[in-house]
Amino acid sequence: MDILNALVAFLNFVVVPGFSYGSQLALGALGLTLVFGILRFSNFAHGDTMAFGTMWVILITWWLQGMGIAAGPLPTALLALPFGIAITCAFVLGTDRVVYRFYRKKKAASIILVIVSTGVMFITNGLTRMIIGPEEQSFADGARFVMTAQQFKDMTGLQEGLAIKSTTAITVVMAGVCVALLFWFLQKTRTGKSMRAFSDNEDLALLSGINPERVVMVTWLIATALAVIAGTLYGIDKSFRPFIYFQLLLPIAAAAVVGGLGNPLGAIAGGFIIAFSEVFVTYAWKKVVLYLVSVDLAPTQLLQLLSTDYKFAVSFSILIIVLLFMPTGIFKGK
Amino acid sequence: MVGHLKNRNVLMFAGVGLLFVLTGVLQSWNLSLQILNIGILSAIMALGVNMQWGYAGLFSTGIMGSVALGGLAVVVVSAQPVPEAWAAGGPRLLLSLAFGLAVIAAAVTAYRRMSGRVRNWTVAAILVAGFFAYRAIYDPAVTAIEAFNPAIYGNIGGFGLPSLLSWPVGALFAGVAAWAIGKVALGLRSDYLAIATLGIAEIVLAVMKNEDWLSRGVKNLIGLPRPWPVPYEVDLQKSPEFIGWAQNWGFDLITSSTIFVKLLYMLIFGIVLLALIWISERMLNSPWGRMMRAIRDNEVSASAMGKNVTARHLQIFIIGSAVVGMAGAMLTSMEGQLTPGNYSPLRFTFLIWVMVIVGGSGNNWGAVLGGLLLGWLWLIVENAGPVFMGYVTMPLPAGALKAHLIDAAPHLRLVTLGAVLLLVLRFSPKGLIPEK
Repeated sequence: MDILNALVAFLNFVVVPGFSYGSQLALGALGLTLVFGILRFSNFAHGDTMAFGTMWVILITWWLQGMGIAAGPLPTALLALPFGIAITCAFVLGTDRVVYRFYRKKKAASIILVIVSTGVMFITNGLTRMIIGPEEQSFADGARFVMTAQQFKDMTGLQEGLAIKSTTAITVVMAGVCVALLFWFLQKTRTGKSMRAFSDNEDLALLSGINPERVVMVTWLIATALAVIAGTLYGIDKSFRPFIYFQLLLPIAAAAVVGGLGNPLGAIAGGFIIAFSEVFVTYAWKKVVLYLVSVDLAPTQLLQLLSTDYKFAVSFSILIIVLLFMPTGIFKGK
Repeated sequence: MVGHLKNRNVLMFAGVGLLFVLTGVLQSWNLSLQILNIGILSAIMALGVNMQWGYAGLFSTGIMGSVALGGLAVVVVSAQPVPEAWAAGGPRLLLSLAFGLAVIAAAVTAYRRMSGRVRNWTVAAILVAGFFAYRAIYDPAVTAIEAFNPAIYGNIGGFGLPSLLSWPVGALFAGVAAWAIGKVALGLRSDYLAIATLGIAEIVLAVMKNEDWLSRGVKNLIGLPRPWPVPYEVDLQKSPEFIGWAQNWGFDLITSSTIFVKLLYMLIFGIVLLALIWISERMLNSPWGRMMRAIRDNEVSASAMGKNVTARHLQIFIIGSAVVGMAGAMLTSMEGQLTPGNYSPLRFTFLIWVMVIVGGSGNNWGAVLGGLLLGWLWLIVENAGPVFMGYVTMPLPAGALKAHLIDAAPHLRLVTLGAVLLLVLRFSPKGLIPEK
């Protein structure tokens, strides 16, 4: 029995990865849920907006690296992030102007907007693949670790190490800052309040003189910024591939639905629920269990509930369970 | 007016036909026929999607899942049996699958019969205990099956039955999957069906890529037999009758044998397509079809008239998916191999959608026209895109930029397709052949 080592292994392989993946999903789901709350459709292009924005961050990072500019121990991508956000915001506002606005004026059914968003998804996806190509890119630089497994072992004298990658720390800190800023914006500023009013009751909001086009524009800007941040954090933490980002749509949508579509708080909770479930179910628990049971009880198998290839099945199952038993999500969305 | 419209439609079909003729004359007849065969299969898939969307207004993004299940049916029905693998773990595997279904049934029964907190804990306990028991039966069986000669087999094998039989079985597989997903997601908001079906399609694909015992996963399963009565080119080239026929007409033996095979496929697929159009038209113009459209146009009033909207939605969702599944089976049996890596949501879900919307939602002939036209466009751009980009970039010096642009050309079709979808939706939302 070695509870401490088991705990450290559990933290290292389950809690820490779950936390950083959860933060990335939460940021993505926040953008999706905001667009849903204001524009009232599920935006299928959201994953590809993430890919498009991350692509610009990568390109600018490469350019900065070529110029010899770096951010010290932090990844250069953080310097490139504002530029990536700006370019992607311009692109997304362009699609709103050219594509979505027409259907909004016509008050088209939400399913038509969903189909239209798949058209935008095609174009965004194609542009990303044409500019940077479909291959995998990695663009993380700067310090690799805040604390390595060896440092932790030396410090505590335990057998198991607890490593904190700097990308994990950056992800969690950035996500925290973004969420705090977003909630401050939604609760305290005039624009934020008008957004919430618009989301709650469109007609009433229009009657009280809220400019709908402005609310829509701000929503797109915030959702896009969150998407690019989420994409960049995912990219430096793991790696960038356009197709993977398209597929991220599924856990992100699941997170938004689980939390209740249109509910920002729910999106964050949903992101962590999905991420931790995925890690729990696909982690091979043998290592942790070995510390907890006596030698003769030691398991011979990996104790993995599902292979990592089935991580989509986890998001999907949670989605289905929530749809069946509480169709408006845990936090009562729309 | 009607005559005028009819003429216009005939002209459009003739125009698409001309595209295939031009491809044949300018490039090669082999390529043209190959594209046409895939185009016909795409048209069948578009017919299935049109039933869901055009008749009933259901937006499903899981078309790829139905296509892949159809492909799986070909493996199950017509792959050659592997007796050794079956002996190693077949019965135990079937037992585990039956046990898994029994666990789900038990959980559902418990959920229906009991109530309150006790129910929740009982259902959870049944599912958790059931999962571990299932794995305990399932895992050794899979290990035993996959251990047998993994370089060639490693799978449990099929029944070795004629490939033609796999087409209805493909429809059955896709239909059963559609029943399960429809039971859950239909009757909720329309967006939920879109998200849920996107998920189920990815899971179907994940199963096909990773369950090696089933269809060898990403190692691909080759050598699936051809459907009756299509012969192999090699046999044709040896058959004295065919040699005599080719010499008589002065054709090259190899080219004519490949074209003969493709023509035969075209004939069979064409018959299936025409039969499906005939059935679809009968369905659409029957009282049942009118009810479907009434539900699509106004769910509230249809349900006030006593129509069971959810049940009708489930019905059409199953039928549409089954049609797509059959086309998926036909595709795999023509290719003679199952390559899970080839299934991509862009190609098999969203492209089919664009076909339906461009062709004309709600109109069967429109779906077919869209299928043939975009099927042609999609494959011709793949073949001609890099050549075209080569011409465009001719003035550029050879180097990284030029190479990148030529590499990027195939992705141009994604942009083109998205633009076509958006333009049609905006300026001609009824499509090329509007609903009557």
